[in-house]
Amino acid sequence: MDDFVSDTDSDYTSYWRDWFISSRGNEYFCEIDEDYLTDRFNLTGLNADVQYYQYALDLITDVFDVDCDDQLRDAVEKSARHLYGLVHARYIVTTRGLAKMLEKFKKSDFGKCPRVMCDSHPLLPMGQSDLPGNSPVKLYCARCEDIYNPKSSRHSVIDGAYFGTSFHNILFQVYPTMLPSKSLRRYEPRVFGFKVHAAAALARWQDEQREAMRERLKAAKVDVLFEEDEDDEEEGEPVSDEDEEMDVGEQGAALVAAK
Amino acid sequence: MSSSSQVTESWISSFCGLLGHEYFAEVTEDFIEDDFNLTGLASQVPMYKEALEMILDVEPEEDEEDEEEEEEDEEDDDVLGEERRGGYRRAGDRRHLRMASDVSVVESSAELLYGLIHQRFITSRQGIQHMAEKYELQHFGTCPRVHCNSCKVLPVGLNDSPGHETVKLFCPSCLDVYTPPNSRFQAVDGAFFGTTFGSLFFMTFTDLDIGGGRRSAAGAADALMAIQAANAEAKGRGSTSNANITSINGVAPHNLAPGLGVGNIYEPRIYGFRVSERARTGPRMKWLRMRPADITELDETRRFWEEREQGEKKPDDDDMTMVDVQRGGNPVDKRKKAVARSRRTNGSGIGGGSPMDTGSIGAG
Repeated sequence: MDDFVSDTDSDYTSYWRDWFISSRGNEYFCEIDEDYLTDRFNLTGLNADVQYYQYALDLITDVFDVDCDDQLRDAVEKSARHLYGLVHARYIVTTRGLAKMLEKFKKSDFGKCPRVMCDSHPLLPMGQSDLPGNSPVKLYCARCEDIYNPKSSRHSVIDGAYFGTSFHNILFQVYPTMLPSKSLRRYEPRVFGFKVHAAAALARWQDEQREAMRERLKAAKVDVLFEEDEDDEEEGEPVSDEDEEMDVGEQGAALVAAK
Repeated sequence: MSSSSQVTESWISSFCGLLGHEYFAEVTEDFIEDDFNLTGLASQVPMYKEALEMILDVEPEEDEEDEEEEEEDEEDDDVLGEERRGGYRRAGDRRHLRMASDVSVVESSAELLYGLIHQRFITSRQGIQHMAEKYELQHFGTCPRVHCNSCKVLPVGLNDSPGHETVKLFCPSCLDVYTPPNSRFQAVDGAFFGTTFGSLFFMTFTDLDIGGGRRSAAGAADALMAIQAANAEAKGRGSTSNANITSINGVAPHNLAPGLGVGNIYEPRIYGFRVSERARTGPRMKWLRMRPADITELDETRRFWEEREQGEKKPDDDDMTMVDVQRGGNPVDKRKKAVARSRRTNGSGIGGGSPMDTGSIGAG
């Protein structure tokens, strides 16, 4: 098992970055090119954020050979992870970084959208802040355009700033063909086959908002296409004909009695 | 009741204890023993009778009627090949034969039958109460959506007949369904929970605070906006104002999709700048997470009649609106009172003659 900090002492001479991205919990990271790391311009300002900056950078680039006690080594190790994360946030918005992350996205390395109607669409890691220490990494689904918590606790401790607030949006700017089709499908809460009124009323209101958006965009000559536009029908899959609704709990219970 | 369940672990509790079966509630034997609750299941489950016997841990008999109670005083455990007392020899032999040939068929039938009974049980009074306890203990997990703030979820099915979909999790905060995070639940059929349970649950327990403690912090700005909007609206609309609405479309306003609306919609940004709606990559799905700041916008009945001309026949004031407003010092609104009164008089309320109310029927 190489997932503990203490194990790394002996490993530091081998490729630190290889070890880092392959260790458990770091599946979201891609490997930063040596060239990128050695260009000081790319690291502008990071020396203020990272303790033992020079040591940490040396460790990442595999040139750290200072003899030091375990305590210092642990500190350097920690700094190196932090520095790697901060550089990572900058790297993944470069052309090469985007290409690497795209490959990982295609392989669903970041997981799949938990939302049922998204049909396991691959996710992208993102942060809610560009400053470290504010919030852990979240996962963005381009199909429902919402953000989710990683399901594994080993990922939910990663700082969101290591991915940043912009990366996932830039990725689709650069690779617009990767944009998934959007769907109108939604979950309809039902009781004994009848739609629940409160939820259905909200859904109708949301549909109005969506149509308003479509009108707006149509006026601006922007195409908006949803998957269902061809047949122009919502997929009310399970029960089709009964569109009557329930409104209050008491009636629900009365239906139980009737059943 | 049945002695076997006290001596060893019953089939039901061992089934519910299996890995991946954490969502299941233990259906009471009373519920299963009431034939009414099993109506129609015989045709859906192969080897129905054997499966039912297995669930109830009763020894099969050659020509018994459907009175399971008769077997209450059987002392046998389900150890195979155990020496049986003379009176039960024949039953024991048959069981032995059966066990040898198709125990796995019966086992899977029993699981199917249990699942289908479970679907009915959790919509009964007793069952839904049981599930409420599991919900409170967060046995079903929380919503993965960031803006739902770890709201507790419920297991639901997307189909009521087995074999279609696995179990999903319904989040009342965003009114959406999610795949359980752990793959072990992907072997559990959604029909064992059914499409009704999730919504019926929140209709039954209207006092639950779905959003949890989130309203105070994240919703502060929203609340302010809502109050301002309400004040403006109130002038135009007379008595109805947002501040004292107790129910909209049958749901308390704070429990109507609290995870949606302004402040809870993801806003894509690049280097701090919002991505325009007009961009090809711009946001298109915000509607899915929208909720009106002024919830009276959802009162479709009033909106419908407002659009009609004044002269037309309008319904009574009580039927005019689906919004309940707290009046004076009387927190209970008229509508609810009326319902309660009528129920009391004809005696067919929830607690009265409901056939699903096993508490009174099954015990007899």
